[in-house]
Amino acid sequence: MTKTLIATTALVGALVGPMSGMALAETIGVSIPAATHGWAGALNFHAERTIERLKEVYPEHEFVLATTPDSATQVSDLEDMVATRGIDALVVLPFESEPLTGPIQRIADSGTWVTVVDRGLAVEGIETLYVAGDNDSFGRTAGQYFADTLDEGAKVVAMRGIPSTVDNERVEGFEAALDGSGIEVLAMDHGNWNRDTAFTLMQDWLSRFPEIDAVWAADDDMAVGALAAIEQAGRTGEMIVVGGAGMKEMVDRIRSGDSTVPVDVTYPPSMISTAIEMTVVGVTGAAPMSGEFIIASELITPENADDFYFEDSPY
Amino acid sequence: MTMATTQKSTGRPGRRIDLQVIGPILALIALLLIGMALNSNFLSYANITNVLARSAFIGIIAVGMTFVITAGGLDLSVGSMAAFVAGLMILVMNLLTESMGVTLPVILIGIAVALLAGLVAGVINGILITRVGIEAFIVTLGTMGIYRSLITWLADGGTLSLGFEMRELYRPVYYGGIAGVSWPIIAFVVVAVLGEIVMRHTAFGRHCAAIGSNEKVARYSSISVLKVRLATYVLLGLLVGFAVVMYVPRLGSASASTGLLWELEAIAAVIIGGTLLKGGFGRVWGTVVGVLILSLIGNILNLTDFVSPYLNGAIQGAVIILAVVLQRKGATER
Repeated sequence: MTKTLIATTALVGALVGPMSGMALAETIGVSIPAATHGWAGALNFHAERTIERLKEVYPEHEFVLATTPDSATQVSDLEDMVATRGIDALVVLPFESEPLTGPIQRIADSGTWVTVVDRGLAVEGIETLYVAGDNDSFGRTAGQYFADTLDEGAKVVAMRGIPSTVDNERVEGFEAALDGSGIEVLAMDHGNWNRDTAFTLMQDWLSRFPEIDAVWAADDDMAVGALAAIEQAGRTGEMIVVGGAGMKEMVDRIRSGDSTVPVDVTYPPSMISTAIEMTVVGVTGAAPMSGEFIIASELITPENADDFYFEDSPY
Repeated sequence: MTMATTQKSTGRPGRRIDLQVIGPILALIALLLIGMALNSNFLSYANITNVLARSAFIGIIAVGMTFVITAGGLDLSVGSMAAFVAGLMILVMNLLTESMGVTLPVILIGIAVALLAGLVAGVINGILITRVGIEAFIVTLGTMGIYRSLITWLADGGTLSLGFEMRELYRPVYYGGIAGVSWPIIAFVVVAVLGEIVMRHTAFGRHCAAIGSNEKVARYSSISVLKVRLATYVLLGLLVGFAVVMYVPRLGSASASTGLLWELEAIAAVIIGGTLLKGGFGRVWGTVVGVLILSLIGNILNLTDFVSPYLNGAIQGAVIILAVVLQRKGATER
């Protein structure tokens, strides 16, 4: 928490304007997965937005952005960045941890600043800076909201994502928050972060359970599917739906005071902005930026929803 | 070989033949009994309607796939194609809403665009396979990747959503119906009945079987092999467009994950239903049973805590293989 605070303060300082006397030109390479799903689409949106902003603030620095459809391409992208652009710093969201660990380690060994985003590498201690979302807090925040607002004995169903460590960490956080609250989890199954799967799963749960008080969909895409099924069954008003990630349609519903969607939990794709900004500050030596920076998941409520709504974002 | 076996078996009644014909039906009945035993809501009106309506997309596509496979072809692109057509339809409808408002003509134009896009996509597949002479597997694997990328690109990596008011107007096409039977179910039944008639009682259906059974003999019998084969892909494309017309009003959106693996589900349904993967024999009603079997497995697994959700795929796989084993037994014992 203290670390978060310190880093944020440094970040705000950096945003104020270009540091005087920092004329040294640096080239910063950014390598992220291509926009193959909603969250990655928003990641691209925020990366481009941040680079544009930084180019204005630091005209002396150069930025190279590469998006990649798979691990192999990402490795080639990284090699090209080092060979042809001579990057001084690298911000990378590894497509997969294992295959990218070696190539990134070689870049780090050559003295280049490396910032790893969200997906950690297989070997610890390679990166200079690690920026990531907090999956445990993602699940915990939703669980805590249920524990705080629902009555004892309330019945909830939980929709998980694609079976993966990310999903497991989220579910563990969710279950830990519910522990001892007296809330009953009726069923838990994989909706695969997919609208259609979530729709059919919710339809079947609605047939199976006469009473459901709340639905946790560990992603907003699934929440959209669940909401459609609830509406079809004519059971709107019986239960609340809490999604996750901060899709703009969901934020909009919260903003307009929809009683079915009271809150949402963030897992911000804009963490790429955090990573790029911190890297620029770190690589220019304006302030110490090495270490880990974990972005906690926040609860989006009708009061603060405006801060989380990005009109132009695809997600 | 297979053709001869099949013809003989349909011509001579007996126990083994029955097993081959009623195999998929037995599997379906078994699933229904299991469902009834496990959950009292299984046979409720809402659940039955849900299962039938959600089967409609794959079902409509699978009827078209039955013709393609019967004629010895294959189409892996249908899932991506459906996603792309859905995206295109949503884009066009959103664009027209700006100038024409939230009106019925916009929906009609949207439907026309979906059907036309499906038709064109089918023609492209068909032309590449029949005129350029590339293997169907390779052509449709290629177009599968192309359409999947195109929808990702159209949606900018996110989700394409129909305008809210337009969605409300178009919504009844999935959720509405006549006399308690929803439109997707009616559409599925109509397509299946027409498909069965075309397969059994028209020259086109018989030509498909003849080509799939032995292309050379079919050509010597003055069947226009290329034209019939092209027609099967065009028909499938058109049906993909039709399925999309039913799909879009459901959630009003399309994304890169729309229609994922629909091609494999459609092909699996066709094979479970008794159509031969190598072509030469097709059974549209069997395909319908196959689609229902696949939907019911998912439905039953969701309705119970029977197995860990991690094992859902394993159960599905086992039932698919069992359903086919049940009917193939009769054929191999001869």
